Amino acid sequence: MVAPTKYYIAEPADQLWVEPLDAITLIYQRRSGITHMVVEPVPEILTAMGVDAVTAAALVAKLSDQFDLGTDEDAEAVVTARLEELAELGLVHRTQCDA
Amino acid sequence: MHEFRVQVGPAAFRIGSRWRQPVEQLAALYADYPKPEIPDFTVRLDAPSLLRRFLRKSVAINGDFMLPDAVPLPFGQALLAAEMGMNLQMALGWRRHLLLHASAVEREGRALIMTGASGSGKSTLSALLGQRGWRFMGDEFVLLDLDSGAATPFPRMISLKNEAIAAMQVAAPAARFGPLMTATPKGDIMHMVPPVAAITRMAESAQPALLLFPSFGHLPAVREVAPGENFMRMTQASTNYVALGEAGFRAMTRFVKSVPARAIDYQTGDEAIALVERLWERLV
Repeated sequence: MVAPTKYYIAEPADQLWVEPLDAITLIYQRRSGITHMVVEPVPEILTAMGVDAVTAAALVAKLSDQFDLGTDEDAEAVVTARLEELAELGLVHRTQCDA
Repeated sequence: MHEFRVQVGPAAFRIGSRWRQPVEQLAALYADYPKPEIPDFTVRLDAPSLLRRFLRKSVAINGDFMLPDAVPLPFGQALLAAEMGMNLQMALGWRRHLLLHASAVEREGRALIMTGASGSGKSTLSALLGQRGWRFMGDEFVLLDLDSGAATPFPRMISLKNEAIAAMQVAAPAARFGPLMTATPKGDIMHMVPPVAAITRMAESAQPALLLFPSFGHLPAVREVAPGENFMRMTQASTNYVALGEAGFRAMTRFVKSVPARAIDYQTGDEAIALVERLWERLV
């Protein structure tokens, strides 16, 4: 059986206060009251996600304009890993429904 | 219960004591401070048991906010117990400002803030600078206004520890000092009454202009602290950052983005003061 395609949707932008400092970007999540300290490419991933549910592959396509992500396979693995981490933090949400 | 009231910066305290002596000591040290009508916090110095009221007397720190596993102090350290009780109320209960565990002094309406672990010298440096043309604002807490970002003084008794006691007795021979308390959990401690301007001007806030992370015991050195590292350190140095939620985030990010920060190493008080004056001249 083929695993269903994973979609991710970002926490709504009005729930996040993003404050770039230097190498570190702060993200204050209003719902939880938690401050996250993140580095590249996390802020870029969240920006590229926009408001729609996206797959890792679609995100790679968007991000490859800005970053040298290597081969498509490597890039997808890296972006998927970051998305999974962000999902654990509650900054993105996993969904399996087509948007 | 014997009672004593004191206003320190924006916070009003009522200190109740099972015994008369600690209240008399507090009244002597805080003689020049305003006495509030309505306290924000109550601290109670009481015996941990009936027996300890009389025999090998010891002092338990109670109050509006308490640490359940706090160990009582010997009766001779009742002043320290009062200080710890007041600190505890601020650390756990104050919500009107973003509270930083730091010392501060002011010159020409701008504040120099110093923070670091116990033993870094932040308290001694603020006391020394208070004798050298700066207005002493506090050696324990700096209160940042949630809207304006201004630092509000909290000029409680200066708590001198170990070598700083003799150093300040030389640097400020005219100052009033409390009794020497030996072998406390923090070593030897003696309280010093802040300079009179610190008390009469304790309602005057100042905009933070420089943040220093002093570190005592190393060859003199200065290192720039980037806003990201600064944020990390300052959230650790704040006891109410999390409790304030978004208001705390706004105040803290404004602080780390607008105030230049340096880590300074030093081996003597004179060396530290020279470094401070040089950095102030250059960065403010």
